[in-house]
Amino acid sequence: MAKQKGFNPADYQVRKTNKAMAVFTWIVLVIWAIFNLYPLYWMFSFSLKDNQQILHTNKFGIPDGWPSKWRWKNYAEATDTGDFVRMFTNSIVITLATIVITVLAAMMASYAITRIRWRFSETMNKIFMLGITIPIQASLIPVYLVLSEAKMLNTYIALIIPYSAFSLAMALLICNGFMTQIPKELDEAAYIDGCGRGRVFFQVILPLMKPAVATCGIYTFLQCWNELMFSQTFMNGDMMTLPAGMQQLFGSHTTDWGTIGAALSIATFPTVIAYIMFSRRIQDSFIAGAVKG
Amino acid sequence: MKRKKTDGITIFLFLLPALLLFVAILVAPLISSGFNSFFKWNGIGNKEFLGWKNYKSLFDKSQIPFWHSVRNAMLLAGLSVFIQLPLALFLALLLGRGIKGERFFLSVNFLPVLISTVVIGQLWLKIFHPEGLVNALLLKIGYLKDPLNVPQWLGEGKGLLLYSCFIPMLWQYVGYHMLLMYAGVKSVPTELREAAKIDGATDAQVDWHIVIPSMKQIIKVSVIFAVTGSLKSYDLIAIIAGINSNEAAVPSTLLKRHMSLRMEYGLGSAIAVLLIILCFACSIAIGAIFKERD
Repeated sequence: MAKQKGFNPADYQVRKTNKAMAVFTWIVLVIWAIFNLYPLYWMFSFSLKDNQQILHTNKFGIPDGWPSKWRWKNYAEATDTGDFVRMFTNSIVITLATIVITVLAAMMASYAITRIRWRFSETMNKIFMLGITIPIQASLIPVYLVLSEAKMLNTYIALIIPYSAFSLAMALLICNGFMTQIPKELDEAAYIDGCGRGRVFFQVILPLMKPAVATCGIYTFLQCWNELMFSQTFMNGDMMTLPAGMQQLFGSHTTDWGTIGAALSIATFPTVIAYIMFSRRIQDSFIAGAVKG
Repeated sequence: MKRKKTDGITIFLFLLPALLLFVAILVAPLISSGFNSFFKWNGIGNKEFLGWKNYKSLFDKSQIPFWHSVRNAMLLAGLSVFIQLPLALFLALLLGRGIKGERFFLSVNFLPVLISTVVIGQLWLKIFHPEGLVNALLLKIGYLKDPLNVPQWLGEGKGLLLYSCFIPMLWQYVGYHMLLMYAGVKSVPTELREAAKIDGATDAQVDWHIVIPSMKQIIKVSVIFAVTGSLKSYDLIAIIAGINSNEAAVPSTLLKRHMSLRMEYGLGSAIAVLLIILCFACSIAIGAIFKERD
């Protein structure tokens, strides 16, 4: 545009952001970033101290002395008290299985609702959407009773099924958003070529829904990875997920701050590292859900 | 396109997995909760029919702090809507202006969302501990003088406990709403933004007159999430205040208390039923408020 004849950029300057305003923006954001990061930094720093430093002599910053003097044995003590590998494994298995079931069920339902024309598709969708409002806690007692009757407490299934059910509404909402953007002509072309509904879904629609899988995955992950109430109630011993297992750990171990800090850090690092590696994709997928949903 | 006769079966088959999950975990438990809420039952023995007695005892302040727990949940919802969301919107608008380090700030702000709630709860227990970070900072800057006389952020009955639970909620979820709203801010076409600026609008004017009005849908979604999320809140309250706390009780901690510690399944079911009604009432109210503004 600037190269057009007779156009003088000086007359039509996009108004520059005020300098003072830019500085103010920066200061606000930096303060907020510190508010976000400092508690985590503090947690890591006290995971390498003893109680004397944490409570009296060195409350805020890096541990006294060189790294070789830091109390790395807090970490050894933390891993002695709790089986973190087991807890992580449980959480990962349950969350992944939930994501697979939720995404598949939501995709199929979304296909039936948005791409096949029938009378009650809108109503059906609205009924499923009630799931966003219904609180997960409301099902705690009945599901617990059924599971204990069926001797299925303390199994992965005991959490996977409820988690999938409660992630479904959100996943369906996201899938509908993505699905309606795929042109209908694509299906019709496939029908003319003699494909059935099933083949259209699996061979035409599903491959186009890859971005939706990532987005559903993020939202489902956020709902399941941290869930405490169900896992506390349904699981015990070495079947506990990370949140439930950690909570149990701290019940017995409350005076030695260093060990607690180490346990908290161990539980946090894998997530933070994964986040640093994939932060852009995680954010983009999350944002896609907000825009499409 | 011509309709096939087999469509009915196809539709049913495609809906089947979702329907099974929905009925088994949401609908059936709802009916069973409704039924059980009229009985006194410990989960194993015989059920004793009580009529409305469970509900009556919930509304009797001298027996169970249920009203108080609803009030707490509403207070949390209010704090989320009027403090957390404006803060998230403010940050999203600042980031949406395309400043240096936009991605970095975005990443940092979203980080707490991904950290386990148990870690966050335990960490803030230490931060609010009498000898923890907050009091240490307040002593350092001279706001507090006497190390032996410091605020009891976590003390039951000191009036601070619920707020001490809210701060970590804020810390964890501002990033969530910020990213939702950032998506809305970024979906405003750059040309529109620049056109307004050529006409002499300041950044603040652009935000107020162009960006925010176009974000109504996302703000509505955020409000629904913030309110229903607050009504459902369990994790951070259970970790920081404990399920036995009356001061910071919310309906879900009461539910868990009566179920797991006292084996009162009938009463717990009554709480579940009321919690569902509360959630629906609130989301209908939010829908109505946003509709009126249209």
